[in-house]
Amino acid sequence: MSDLFQEYSEAAGRTGAYDEMFAPGQQARKSYGQVALALRELSLADVSARADSMARTFLDRGVTFDFAGEERPFPLDIVPRVIPADEWSVLERGVAQRVRALEAFLNDVYDKMTVVSDGVIPRQLVTTSAHFHRQVHGFEPAGGVRVHISGIDVVRDAEGTFRVLEDNVRVPSGVSYVLENRRAMAKGLPEAFGQQLIRPVEEYPRRLLSALRKTAPSGVDDPTVVVLTPGVFNSAYFEHTLLAGLMGVELVEGRDLICRGNRVYMRTTAGEQRVDVIYKRIDDEFLDPLQFRADSMLGCPGLVNAARAGGVTIANAVGNGVADDKLVYSYVPDLIRYYLNEEPVIANVDTFRLEEKEAREHVLDRLDELVVKPVDGSGGKGLVIGPDASRDELDALRKRIIADPRGWIAQPVLQLSTVPTLSGDKFGPRHVDLRPFAVNDGEDVWVLPGGLTRVALKEGSLIVNSSQGGGSKDTWVLADSPQVPVEVIPRPTIAVRERVSVWPVESNWRDSQKEQQQQQQISDAQEVTANA
Amino acid sequence: MLSRIAESLFWIGRYVERADGTARILDVHLERLNHLPMEEQRSVAQELLAVMGARAQSDDFGLPELLNALAYDKQSATSIAGSLGAARENARRARETVSSGLWESLNTTYYGLNQHRKDVVGTYRFCNWVLERTAMVSGLADTTVSHDESWQFLVLGRSLERADMTARMLSTRDVLSAGMSWVNMLRCAGAYESFLRTRRAAFGDQHAAEFLLLDRLFPRSIVYALRDADECLAKLDPSAQRVGFINDARRIVGQARTFLEFHRTDDLMSELPEHMERVQKAVSQASDAISRKYFNQADELAWVGEVS
Repeated sequence: MSDLFQEYSEAAGRTGAYDEMFAPGQQARKSYGQVALALRELSLADVSARADSMARTFLDRGVTFDFAGEERPFPLDIVPRVIPADEWSVLERGVAQRVRALEAFLNDVYDKMTVVSDGVIPRQLVTTSAHFHRQVHGFEPAGGVRVHISGIDVVRDAEGTFRVLEDNVRVPSGVSYVLENRRAMAKGLPEAFGQQLIRPVEEYPRRLLSALRKTAPSGVDDPTVVVLTPGVFNSAYFEHTLLAGLMGVELVEGRDLICRGNRVYMRTTAGEQRVDVIYKRIDDEFLDPLQFRADSMLGCPGLVNAARAGGVTIANAVGNGVADDKLVYSYVPDLIRYYLNEEPVIANVDTFRLEEKEAREHVLDRLDELVVKPVDGSGGKGLVIGPDASRDELDALRKRIIADPRGWIAQPVLQLSTVPTLSGDKFGPRHVDLRPFAVNDGEDVWVLPGGLTRVALKEGSLIVNSSQGGGSKDTWVLADSPQVPVEVIPRPTIAVRERVSVWPVESNWRDSQKEQQQQQQISDAQEVTANA
Repeated sequence: MLSRIAESLFWIGRYVERADGTARILDVHLERLNHLPMEEQRSVAQELLAVMGARAQSDDFGLPELLNALAYDKQSATSIAGSLGAARENARRARETVSSGLWESLNTTYYGLNQHRKDVVGTYRFCNWVLERTAMVSGLADTTVSHDESWQFLVLGRSLERADMTARMLSTRDVLSAGMSWVNMLRCAGAYESFLRTRRAAFGDQHAAEFLLLDRLFPRSIVYALRDADECLAKLDPSAQRVGFINDARRIVGQARTFLEFHRTDDLMSELPEHMERVQKAVSQASDAISRKYFNQADELAWVGEVS
């Protein structure tokens, strides 16, 4: 290894985490062979020049997220995260299984609640969830799917085992970075692609569009799909524009829509046009001022009723947040057993439910060793990491837990796995997580081969959220054999192909003389001499 | 205007457009090419070169040689550097007629050709730079050259070359075995977003090819480019005739365009190679006819005399 990796093994030893690139002793793992080879060839000057150029490309292309009212590029690290085929097939199965279980759970929760009457999960837990919306109780959404798009966050613990950290079945974001990262990496580190088969991610928008169209209300022949964005000030606005652009559909704001007679229309220059499927990128609370927050300017009054009447498909369905609740998360393995009659493929992280008295006392005694999270938080908001917190913070936390035990869960501090990441003038181990994306079209759950790997750029930090100094890595899923990629189409050999002739036969007397000049090179040579 | 000047302007249009098209093709295909195993890389590199109208000198022609042949070789009119050099040479000969904005942007581009690293990563940046420069040249030409006869020659060259380049972009479909070929075709032409917006859910080879070949509103489609050329020719020779055309170039361009525009087919993909070949042929014939008519009439007279 070049000197860029000089102090790497000591730093990796200090973290005590599983390093994805190197086995102990600074041996590159097999899946990283090509990457290690490519990096070995590069000097510090090369690496930083490429990192700069990648950052500039992101800024030029507007690949940004909005942080405190300011557009910032989402830092992309030059070292990719590589997942070998065998590990991926486990992840893929595990994610799909989880999505199917959550889909069944949501259908049940907004219907008969057999899961409660069968004693799998307490009724109170469901009904006290902040995102359990009675407004959508008792009807099956048009198209029959609730979790169209999901992002299941997974991490690797110190042994290298994958575990699910949380489920996102409301508005999972980040897939735009998956697409953009791959484009940037193909130009930033082309050597590493070389001889290995990396599964492509670019079919995501097409898969998404076809799933959305497939779940349109019945009886619509050629469904119109739109992406509903809160507007240009949303932190994920770039993603909304990218997805709408790549799907070739309209990006609408709430004010572009009107509901009439339980149907949804958008205002266009050609009059009102019916909308059949809404890919909703705003929070439920803001969707429909008739049902939720009456002061919301982002939504469109009447959407929920239109959905109830089956006049429009909303993806993801309203009310999915109850499945994101971190206390429900602790029951997901039971839900998988209950609905699917299967054992969970990927385990949860051990979780303490603080409503249970014993668990709560145990946790309150060891607050400084645990991570405590609010059940409905996202983006790392409100999370307290015990070992890093001050005395005062822990005392405040203790009071809040006692006041509202339903609102919190506690987990042991996980040493997330590390991947080498450029920092200053060398590579250092940095903690990463992974968000694979799944698209459910009602028949099949497709998991995008790749995903968003977020990385904590500060040494030793475990918080990977972009709003708190996180960056990202391109995630490469290797194919185990050349047969796997769906992209390969047999190449017609030019010589064998039969010639079809549809143009009129040339009869011009000049043509015969021109035949000799068909070689562009020859005619070009003449052009040059003619011009010179 | 002087024939010699008209010829220079015609070729400025062609060469600048050629550099632009080649940069687009190279940029997109390099990405794919890089992922291929060595052996395949070599054969694909040679096929790509053939699509661009040149032939590999030896069997030992791989990625580095392709980069040189299509991007950096100043001696070859197929390469970007060669085209931009030739465009600048033409502008130098017509310096008193072209605007200083146009001349200076071409000249600056020419001197900037060497400031790039010639490896794969450098070539990506080079291609982007070329796209920026050619866009600037066209923009300056548009706003600083009066839209008189000289402008018509510039646009004529550009439109013909554009039809030819789009035909080559479509031909690259045969070259790469791995990858979503139609996405690449569209990316080459910068047409991906426009295509998605017009076609919505209709994806696939057939639709993409149809878009680049026949779309009436996308400026890089072959039908659009041929119509532009046709309009230029009409403005250059406004003499209205009751019947037929004396102008060879108009006849050739018009026939190709109307054939494509009115052609009805169920199986575009299998006909595509023929369309491409005929479009490229029509462009080269039209270009010859334009030279005969406007740039060197003396030759034409002698030649016609020989035949009759």
